[in-house]
Amino acid sequence: MENEVRIAINSDQDIVIARQQGRTLASKLGFNGSDLTVIATAISEVARNIVEFAGKGELALTPIQQSHKQGLMVVAHDDGPGIPNIQLALQDGFSTTASLGLGLPGSRRLMDEFTIVSAVGKGTTVTMRKWVRG
Amino acid sequence: MPSKEKGGMDHITSTGASPDSTAALLRELVAHLRQNRTQLREEWARRITEAQLLVAMTKEEIFAEATSVYDNYVEVLETGSVEALQAYARNLSERIIPRGVETHEVLGIVLLLRDVLARSLFKKYQADFALLNRVLDAYEPAANRIANTVGVSFVQERERTIRQQQEAIRELSTPVLQVRERLLILPIIGVIDSQRARQLTEQLLRGIRTNRAKVVVMDITGVPSVDSTVANHLVLTVAAARLLGATVIMTGVSAEIAQTLVTIGVDLGKMNTVGDLQGGIEEAERLLGYKVISTEGGAAAQVTTQA
Amino acid sequence: MQVPILKQRDYLIASIQAALTDADLLELRDELMKQVGKFRSRGVIIDVTVLDVMDSFAVRTLRSIAHMMKLRGADTVIVGIQPEVAFAMVQLGLTLTGVETALDLEEGLAFLDDQRLKERQVKGAPKRGE
Repeated sequence: MENEVRIAINSDQDIVIARQQGRTLASKLGFNGSDLTVIATAISEVARNIVEFAGKGELALTPIQQSHKQGLMVVAHDDGPGIPNIQLALQDGFSTTASLGLGLPGSRRLMDEFTIVSAVGKGTTVTMRKWVRG
Repeated sequence: MPSKEKGGMDHITSTGASPDSTAALLRELVAHLRQNRTQLREEWARRITEAQLLVAMTKEEIFAEATSVYDNYVEVLETGSVEALQAYARNLSERIIPRGVETHEVLGIVLLLRDVLARSLFKKYQADFALLNRVLDAYEPAANRIANTVGVSFVQERERTIRQQQEAIRELSTPVLQVRERLLILPIIGVIDSQRARQLTEQLLRGIRTNRAKVVVMDITGVPSVDSTVANHLVLTVAAARLLGATVIMTGVSAEIAQTLVTIGVDLGKMNTVGDLQGGIEEAERLLGYKVISTEGGAAAQVTTQA
Repeated sequence: MQVPILKQRDYLIASIQAALTDADLLELRDELMKQVGKFRSRGVIIDVTVLDVMDSFAVRTLRSIAHMMKLRGADTVIVGIQPEVAFAMVQLGLTLTGVETALDLEEGLAFLDDQRLKERQVKGAPKRGE
């Protein structure tokens, strides 16, 4: 079993590093070509979310297993300002910066599972999972 | 953070006897099974034939496999590790599945071996009832675990084979055909579930790239209906094809599918749809600058490229 | 990370060589703006063949490049988007509305030539091949 990978996210360069590491790990876990792209893209979006809203944070990529399924868990955590209205943040087109606001709702569409926990003034944790297709 | 959420192998647990004496008993058991290898193995093979299991295999084959399973079996009892047995069971399954061996036969032979060995233990220890009980306590969990390992390996291997076949069938069921240079048609027939939809997308996008296609006619005349997830998937595929520089023309959209598309909010005005496949191909040829003209006096049509 | 920009006839061709950071993308945008003015280019091709991810920022930047170029009188074509990248993009909800895309460099050039031809036809120049 592959080990967990942690990546500190402090700048736009770390976004590139995060998605490359994500792709490498996902490939070892047996994900196929189009899923690798999907995972790398979702990681890029959540890492970007950290850089844009919190400035810095951390990403953890963890291999997971459920009965005979292999998968990858991505946890993006920051201690930034938090999201006051999660429902709104998950709506297509919503964003408090100039971005298109597709990051979070888009990532949710790309991955199999997506949860977000956020407290204003404390930070945000996004957890996403994707399973290798049998 | 947990690296394993669930699952993992079950472990040998024994009731009554302390771990030390269980290990000692298993050692004794292993010695007994080694000593009587020839006789017990023959007995097992005979019972397999008698029960009409593994009918697809010859007597010699059954005996050869029985020997391997027997030795692996004893090894599991000795080492407590099922890894070698698991690998052997998988390999065995791979060989016998194509010959039509069924799940009940595989489970049947393992249970028979369990029975053959248990009977021999009865015979050996029947004089000392308390000892017999302890021997069986040590033997049974291990034997169950072995039966479980072999059964699960077989079923997994079968599932893998079935998945491979499904994959192959799916690929065949959605051919991407080149009708002219730069023009592909994709006739889809039958129900599209989300897995088939995904495969369809991959094949189409790859097909566009390898054939350098500019126009694709996607004919869904043969698709009875789609749910909103699949309809959405089709729309995304059309959008993705455009990113590769290709135009998708949809043909044969039934009233029902049109309704689904409208319900999920697709602007049909923005989709390139033509009534039937023939119309779609004509439209594609127009987009590509082809002109079809009928040769004089002949029924055959000739295709020329404009300019 | 520098993206080499090649001038060919009245076109600029930017071929991305490796994964780009946000800063690299913005640099590419500024550099193209500079050069399109300098050479009075009529078309821009951005070759993204090597990109294995195009996230919202990349798409947004490419779109803004295309719009800015349009204001300077140049058409932009994005070429070489990989099939998997294209599908991930549309799943994410990203499209390149109003931006031309083509399979590869060759197709991109053919598109730009075509545009130029159409422009000339509109202006009443004699049609080609008739």
